This record gives sequence, structure tokens and C-alpha cells, in this order.
Amino acid sequence: MRTGSFGILSDFNQEYYHQMNIIEVRNVTKEYSNHIALDDVSIDIPKGCIFGLLGPNGAGKTSLIRIINQITGPDKGQILFDGQPLNGSHISRIGYLPEERGLYKKMKVGEQLLYLAQLKGLSQKEAMDKLKSWFIKFDIKTWWDKSVSDLSKGMQQKVQFVSTVLHEPDLIILDEPFSGFDPINANLIRDEILELKQKGCTIIFSTHRMETVEELCDNIALIHKARKVLDGPKLLIKNQFKTNTYFVEYKGVLDSLETIYEISHEKQLEDGYRRTNIHLNANVTPNDLIKSLLEKVEIRAFGENIPSMSDIFMRSVNEVPEG
Amino acid sequence: MRNIFLVIRREYMVRVKKRSFLIMTLLAPLLFVGFYATVIWVAVGSVDTKTVQVLDESRLFTGKFKDSESMKFIYLESSIDSAKAGFRRSEANALVFIPKDIIKKPKSLRIYSAKNVSMDMKSEIEKVIEKEIEDIKLSEAGITHKILEDSRVNVSSETISLSEEGEKTSSSGAATVIGGICAFLIYMSVFIYGTQVMRGITEEKTSRIVEVIISSVKPFHLMLGKIIGVALVGLTQFVLWILLTASLTSAASAVMSSKMPKDPAQMAQEMQKVQNGMPNQGMPGGNVENPVAEVLGAVNSLNIPLIIGCFLFYYLGGYLLYSALFGAVGAAVDNDADTQQFMLPITLPIIFSFVFAQFVLRDPDGTLAFWTSIIPFTSPIIMMVRIPFGVPAWEIALSMVLLVLGFMGTTWLAARIYRVGILMYGKKVSYKELAKWIFYK
Repeated sequence: MRTGSFGILSDFNQEYYHQMNIIEVRNVTKEYSNHIALDDVSIDIPKGCIFGLLGPNGAGKTSLIRIINQITGPDKGQILFDGQPLNGSHISRIGYLPEERGLYKKMKVGEQLLYLAQLKGLSQKEAMDKLKSWFIKFDIKTWWDKSVSDLSKGMQQKVQFVSTVLHEPDLIILDEPFSGFDPINANLIRDEILELKQKGCTIIFSTHRMETVEELCDNIALIHKARKVLDGPKLLIKNQFKTNTYFVEYKGVLDSLETIYEISHEKQLEDGYRRTNIHLNANVTPNDLIKSLLEKVEIRAFGENIPSMSDIFMRSVNEVPEG
Repeated sequence: MRNIFLVIRREYMVRVKKRSFLIMTLLAPLLFVGFYATVIWVAVGSVDTKTVQVLDESRLFTGKFKDSESMKFIYLESSIDSAKAGFRRSEANALVFIPKDIIKKPKSLRIYSAKNVSMDMKSEIEKVIEKEIEDIKLSEAGITHKILEDSRVNVSSETISLSEEGEKTSSSGAATVIGGICAFLIYMSVFIYGTQVMRGITEEKTSRIVEVIISSVKPFHLMLGKIIGVALVGLTQFVLWILLTASLTSAASAVMSSKMPKDPAQMAQEMQKVQNGMPNQGMPGGNVENPVAEVLGAVNSLNIPLIIGCFLFYYLGGYLLYSALFGAVGAAVDNDADTQQFMLPITLPIIFSFVFAQFVLRDPDGTLAFWTSIIPFTSPIIMMVRIPFGVPAWEIALSMVLLVLGFMGTTWLAARIYRVGILMYGKKVSYKELAKWIFYK
């Protein structure tokens, strides 16, 4: 990574930059026999954040996750883990919960978790100690000697979640982590995820559920048709997608004011009030708008239209030209 | 390496702890010993005496047929027609008709019976007559009873000098049995344990755990661990079978011998009867070859360490070669039902080798035997058929080297298919597709 022309300071900055990111995806391309799964994708995933990896079905999310997990390799490009090219020693620092959950059906819960933990490099004793505290935490002590096939689907999900985080990985990759959980258990898992973040873990979410993204994610990347469409901190992206539009609920009559604002989507509310969206022209501030409104109508509510992740998702996906 | 070991341990423990493993391990030796014991018990305890009528027109065999525990002889004095008529009314099991010119036409001997005559009875009667005709012919040639007696001594002392030849024929009997058993065991275990590998892989794939596992273990290591784990299960089962059968057999024979007459001479006689599966009183005992005793005795003349060594090698080699292929099939399909289409090309060579084995047993040094014992796909079974007969060292060496190369090849091939297949769902895979997978980067 050191290139002479940058000088000492730049070298320092670059190194610092790598230390900021747990994963850097560099121009990764992955091709299967009849389609391209990832086309020159570059994404940085900062340490200690909850990162939402978004995209419609078949966009290439799973391909990227598999490459980060070293299940497959990229055709072109490179992945850096904590500043180093991805290699076998990183396997034990990653925990992965695939979308399609699976456990050995006929194996006992305890044995199975021990086995999976040992595959991630824990010694039998370490694994045992950690398992005990998780079994107490989730109050599932009685499950130890049960066959997985005797557990309900939600219970199996819990077991699998434990197996994902047991070896205390630095990076946790969760593919649709809340599917299959009832609201109580979903909350339990959500709290665990936030606790892991507190401890300094980085969490990658792959999901379609925009409310989860809205609630939990700090950063996002959106992949569509094998390409990265947008990425960055959630707030910045939201700002990018703001249309300088405000909503107002009022009584009275309101028309567009040429050169200052235009109104759209006017709607009669049931209680006699009306609600409308107002798009401000450049150089007009919200304060200007309110001043102008105060003269004309009685305002009940006023606010900025902040695009939801769902809006952003839909807009980004629909804007991408075909092919 | 640590992970391969962990995978091997899991695959091994899961299978060994299964109830079906325990049952199979205990049941097979019990069945085997039980079967063996029943045979002995039937042979020892058979008091079902058969009555045999003898119509001896030649008058040469009067008093030559001696009654035994299982056969009683009654001499008749009548024409053959009335004897036949009388036989139907009598309780007798068989009627032996010896025509006048039996010496000139030895094939004119007739045995009549209501049901089929047992092989034992037939061969015993034939033997008595053969012996007598031989004696008579010798006497006619001027050899007196005295000389005959002397010559008999010579004959039996000559058996020792002829024993090269004798051993040759007797070990080929033993070789046939040993070769056949080894071939059968390898045939069975390739199928049983190969299928277990395949099932295991399909199970991991359908239960979707495979994605979690291969995020920690290289797919090749996972496949190899499974193959080795199952191989060890097979070895464990073989060793337990051998140990259990051996201890059960010795226990069973201890019980059996306690029931037998205490007089050693009589006991030896009984034992021989048991081994013969028929009485041989009234016969010049020492000269009669006893097929079972022959095999048992001849086993010692075989190169046992070589056979055991080769058996283990070819068992492992054959298993590794095929289980890799079975594994590839397991990875390529979504469920057990879809395995059929890919099973045929794998099972065909195994079945063919088992069929070829019958021909090779008859001609263990022929061209077919040579080539099929060199080609890796058939060599595990065919070479084991040939080895008890003696095979040149270079042929064994060549066959072993090719087998090792063979299973390295199939494992490589299987690994290519495996790593793509385990993550491929909901797709009916064709051979063309499989070929593509092999050449993926």
C-alpha cells in the first residue's frame, strides 16, 4: 500500500485509514458461469459500526458475504481484513450466521456448539466455559442434551446465534438475523447485537427489512445488479437524498409561490385541516418558508420530509439503468 | 490440520454412537457364530438314520457297506424289478442297485430314491464301490492282499512326498475361499461406507449447516475428514467383528466339546464327522480328503500376513477411491432421491468387478485377471481374489501404485465438484454441469 509519492504524512494517513476499517473490499469482481455476481465492487466497513448491506434479492450480497468468509474467492480484486489481505488466520475472527440456518439435526445441542466453537479455534475448555455463560444468559440450560430436531425453529435460531458469536469474533456477519424470531426473541437478539457493538464488534447486516436498518445501522451499502449503488454513513446518505421538501398541516388556502416554493400532494385531512408537501427553491430557508406561511394559514404541524431507508432503497434501485 | 482432526472425530463419534452401529457390530458375529454352531449341532446331533437297501448282483460288495449312525444298509436278494416294487412299500430311503458287470461298466451303478439322494449319501456309496473295484482290479492284476496292504502303507507315506502336489490343490481350495471372502467384504464395505459418505454430505447440504461449517473449514478438508472418519468406522467394525467372532467361536467350541465324548479317539472321530458333515466309518479314513479340514489346514500354507496387509490396503484404497466419488454425488444433488442418476456410473465398475471375480477365481492368472487387477476401479476386489493364489510382486506393486494414483485422482475430481455442489441448491444438475464445475477456477 505504501506508494512513495505520497510522502510520510500520507503514508501515516493511509495506515490510519486501514486501521479504521475492519473490511475493505477493493474492486472485487465475481463471475459465475452464466452471470456476474459482483462487478467491480469497493466497500469500506469501519470498525465498531453496525453496517447494513442492502440490496434486492440476487443483487450479489450473499456472494460478497461468501467472499469475506473465504467460502469462495474473488475473480478480481482484493479484500483487506484489518488492513491485511484476507487469509486463513482471519477465519476465527469472523462469526457468520447464514440466511439459510442449519444445524446437525440429530446431534445434541451442547455437543454441536462445542464442535462448532472448536472449528473456530477455541479449545474444548474455553468453548465449554463460554457456552456455560451463554446457556445461563439465554436461560436454555435444559437444552444441552436435547437433539436439535427436538427444538422449535425459534429455539434452533437461538442456538445458531450462540454458535455465531461464541468465539467472540471481531466481525459478525448476520444474514437476515431476525427472520424466524418472535418479537420477544427478536428483541433479545437485538439487545445482544447492540451489546456486541458496545464491546467493539463490527456487525454486518444483510437484510431487506428497512425498519431494522433504520433502527440499528450506522453505515450502509446498497448493492444492485452486482454493482455498488451507494454507500456511506446512514445520516449522510439520508441528507443526500433529501429533496428540500417540507410538510405542513394547516387551515386556509395555500398556493405555490413562484421562485420561492411549490406545493404538491395536497390532501384534505378528516378534521378539516389540509396537509401538503412544499418544495423549497434554492436559497430559501425553512425559516423563510414559515414566515411566509404564517401570513397565510393557520399551522398545526410542520417538519422536514426526511427520506426513509425504504424510499432511498426504492429510488436507488429504480434509478439504476437496466443491464 | 486441527480442523480435519475435529471433523474426523465428529464423523466417527456420531456414527459409532448410533444404536444401529452397536446392533450391527454385535449382531453380525452372533449370527455368524449362531449359524456355525447350528451347522455343528445339526451334524453332531443328527440321529436321523437313513435306511439304504442294497441289491448287489455282482456279489462283490457283501458286507462292504458298513452301518453307521446316519446310514443303515440292508442287503436284498431279489430281482431288480421286485426290489423296486418292494422299495416303494418299504420305509427305506434309497435303493442301491449294483449290476453284475459293475467292474466293466462302473457307470451302471443306480441309486433309486423317493426323494433326491443327498450328495453325502451318493458320494459315500460311490466311494465304497470305487474302493472295492480298485481292490478287485488290483487283485486281478496279481497284487495280493499282502502287497495291497503294503502298498497302502506306501501310498500313505507317499502322500507326504506328494504333499507338494497335495498342498497345491488344497491351498487352491483355501485360496478360493479366502479370496472370495476378501472380495466380498471389500465389495460390501465400498457400498455400505461409500453410501454413508454420500448420505452424510447430502445431509449437511440439505440441513444447510454446510455453509456454517465451510466458513471455518476448507471444503476439501471437510470432505476428507468425512471420508476418513467413515473409513475408521468401517475399520472399527471389522476389528470388532473379528475379535467378537473369534471369542464367540472359542466360547462356542468350548461348550460344544464339553458335550462331546471324552474318549479322545472317539472325539477325534466325531470331530472328523462334524467336519465332513457325514460319517466315514468303514472307509480307509486317512486317505479321504476332507474339504473343510483341507481348507483349514491349507490356510496355514497361505501367506497370511501378506493377505491381511493387502486386504487392509485394498479395503482402504478401494473405499477411498469410491467414497470420494460417492461424496461428489452427494454434493451434486439436493436429496437422496436424486442420487440415482449419478449412482449408476459409480456402482457399475464395483458390480462388474464382483462379477469378474467369479471368472478370476477360476483362472487367477489369466489376461482378464491381470488387467482387472491392475486397473484401479476394479483392482481392490480383483487383486484380493488373486492374492491368495500368489501374484508376482511387481504386479501387486503396480496395482497398488495405480490405486493410490486412482484415489488421488477421484478425490481431486470429487473435491472440484464438491466445493461447487454443496452451495448449489434447487437445481437439477446434469453431467454437463458437473463437467463445468470441475473446470471452475
